[in-house]
Amino acid sequence: MTTSEAIRKNFGVVEAEEMVLNMGPQHPSTHGVLRLKIRTDGEIISHIEPHIGYLHRCFEKHCENLTYPQVIPYTDRCDYLASMNNNHIYVLAVEKLMGLEVPERVEYIRVIMAELQRIASHLMAVGAHGLDTGGITPITYTFRDRERILDLFEYTCGARLLYNYIWIGGVSHDLPPDFVQYATEFLDYFEPKIVEYNRLLTYNKIFIERSADVGVLPADVAVNYGASGPVLRGSGIDWDLRRNDPYSIYDRFEFDIPIGTGEMGTVGDSWDRYFVRVREMEESVKILRQALARLPKDGDVHAAIPKKVRPPEGAIYFRGENPRGELGFYIISDGSPKPYRLKMRSPAFVNLSVFSEIATGWMLADIISILGSLDIVLGEIDR
Amino acid sequence: MSSFIDTIVDFLVRLLGIPQGAAGFMLILVAVVLGVVVFLFTAVNALVAVYMERKVSAFMQDRLGPMEVGFWGFRGGKRFWGGIAQTLADTFKLLLKEDIIPDKSDRKLFILGPFILYGAVFCAFIGIPLGYGMAISDFNIGIFYVIAISSVGVIGIILSGWGSNNKWSLYGAVRSAAQIISYELPVGMSLLLVVMVVGSLQFHDIVAWQEQHRWFLFHSPFTIVAFVIFFLSGVAEANRTPFDIPEAESELVAGYMTEYSGFRWAIFFLSEYANMAVISLMTAIVFLGGWLSPVGGLLRLFGVPEGWYYLDGSLWGVFWISAKAILFIFIMMWFRWTWPRLRVDQLMYTAWKVFLPIALLNIFFVGIWELIFA
Repeated sequence: MTTSEAIRKNFGVVEAEEMVLNMGPQHPSTHGVLRLKIRTDGEIISHIEPHIGYLHRCFEKHCENLTYPQVIPYTDRCDYLASMNNNHIYVLAVEKLMGLEVPERVEYIRVIMAELQRIASHLMAVGAHGLDTGGITPITYTFRDRERILDLFEYTCGARLLYNYIWIGGVSHDLPPDFVQYATEFLDYFEPKIVEYNRLLTYNKIFIERSADVGVLPADVAVNYGASGPVLRGSGIDWDLRRNDPYSIYDRFEFDIPIGTGEMGTVGDSWDRYFVRVREMEESVKILRQALARLPKDGDVHAAIPKKVRPPEGAIYFRGENPRGELGFYIISDGSPKPYRLKMRSPAFVNLSVFSEIATGWMLADIISILGSLDIVLGEIDR
Repeated sequence: MSSFIDTIVDFLVRLLGIPQGAAGFMLILVAVVLGVVVFLFTAVNALVAVYMERKVSAFMQDRLGPMEVGFWGFRGGKRFWGGIAQTLADTFKLLLKEDIIPDKSDRKLFILGPFILYGAVFCAFIGIPLGYGMAISDFNIGIFYVIAISSVGVIGIILSGWGSNNKWSLYGAVRSAAQIISYELPVGMSLLLVVMVVGSLQFHDIVAWQEQHRWFLFHSPFTIVAFVIFFLSGVAEANRTPFDIPEAESELVAGYMTEYSGFRWAIFFLSEYANMAVISLMTAIVFLGGWLSPVGGLLRLFGVPEGWYYLDGSLWGVFWISAKAILFIFIMMWFRWTWPRLRVDQLMYTAWKVFLPIALLNIFFVGIWELIFA
């Protein structure tokens, strides 16, 4: 569909002189330092060009000069809203390259942390999407609950945002006493709160008007662009690496994969992407309850940590499901303590590439809302 | 009924024994003093309303709001009034900030914009009575005057949006113009219905009618619809959520205010809250009996004879009208801190395809209702 066709389809025939507008890098709603070069025809956007790189920190080049354990804090800083997941997937990649087995307890602790982090990240996404459509209150509610998760992390490893918690062969600290009790208390507190978000935002008439049928991402386009995570699932494709390509111990848990159903509009609209996240939080709660119940009581979390991390020569691509989609690490090892080459496949980067496809032809206010529904993190896009 | 200002001038002329020729001078003096009073009123209104907004939003969002800036017993702790001097401190901060006028802006328009906006709201206050006989000037076309003069403000918004030489500001200004002009119509139509029933455009007559009969809100089912349309359109005219697209901080940075800072920005703020007050006061006067006490009506409903203590009278009138206005201001805040924002086309849709047809039909039905029941 060409631009003018899209405009006609959405808003009828209106054409006027066009204005070029720079949205960002300093703009309240571009989720960091994204710059959108947009051509506007009145309120309607006829062309979008995302410019990235304002947060480029040479992550991949840095990694070539760092030992394998030293890379972990850098993965924290890539997707700073999902640091635990990033640690987890990177560490699993290196462990697979080394052929390392970790104790049962470590696996459970890692999954617990990863799922808590997934909830925290989705809370941020849900709140920020509300903020993008103009509702200021939802984000304060989600932040209130995210705070409790961060408190749990702080209790465990001392850090609230960038943890460096999951290490190659183990985790940095064992779970503190009563962690299981506190985590269960949090889950009991949190589950009714999802209902509260739904009342406040999800089923709000104005929010539905703003997000249903807006920014529809058809399933074939999503697949062609390589979108993943809630963006892909919002388009109705049942694909989650935790189930379709199980890693760690995810095959031991029972959980559903929520997909977009077009409940309020079309399959693959902003509302679907949003609601997939809300429901994924419920699924994460399920996984957490199972993991907390089955967590082995004792076991050394440092048992498998190698004295020197020196993977054998070879290459590996390892992927896992982070809150934003498929996070992959391609690591080439030359047998030295430092990776020869490390490539990170970041989900938000790929998901952003679909943005100009689905947002063209919508209004200025819509592209903010669509951007919010893609849930990008610039730290990960620019690396 | 002679206007408030004439009464004062007459009183002073007689009290001081000023010769008749100097009465004109006296009139100017009194007008200036009353102008200062209105300015102070809007300023205090903004101070209180901003504090209220902060606290209301804080409590709705599970926060405490400003807690530190205060004096004597009015600071800290978890008490409601902690941080009561916050807005005062903010005012001083704004007044002391550097006055920045962008290089490439159209200097004259940039400076003029906020003052026109404020001037319009200021003038609207002149026509609004705060109690029986308490209007600075009670025009016989009061409603018409207030609606007309408050929509002049949009010129200020357009000037500042254009003069800022910023694309975001321009967006905000154009949106604002479209919005305010659209919502003028439902506002006018729903007021027209009241005017039709009362047969006068004067605020005092409208309240007097409500005193004799009943409040317009309870007059007929159609006036309830008119009330809802009027209030929601009023929210749109005051640029408040869910109709705050001219500012739309998540899209347009700050809309037409983007380039403003310091006291010029403070004037925008002052006007926004003054506008809220105008809308709330209008709603209270036209639909909720203005300064009439709700207690009297209740007692009458239970058969208590006339002449009992109804909490009526001038000062009580001010109290009641303020209470009603504050209720509406609170409802506006409630909207803002609960709802997302409408999109531009949805906003226009609401105005032209929902509110306006309903308001027009309403006039027709009220006409029939009056023929049958009056």
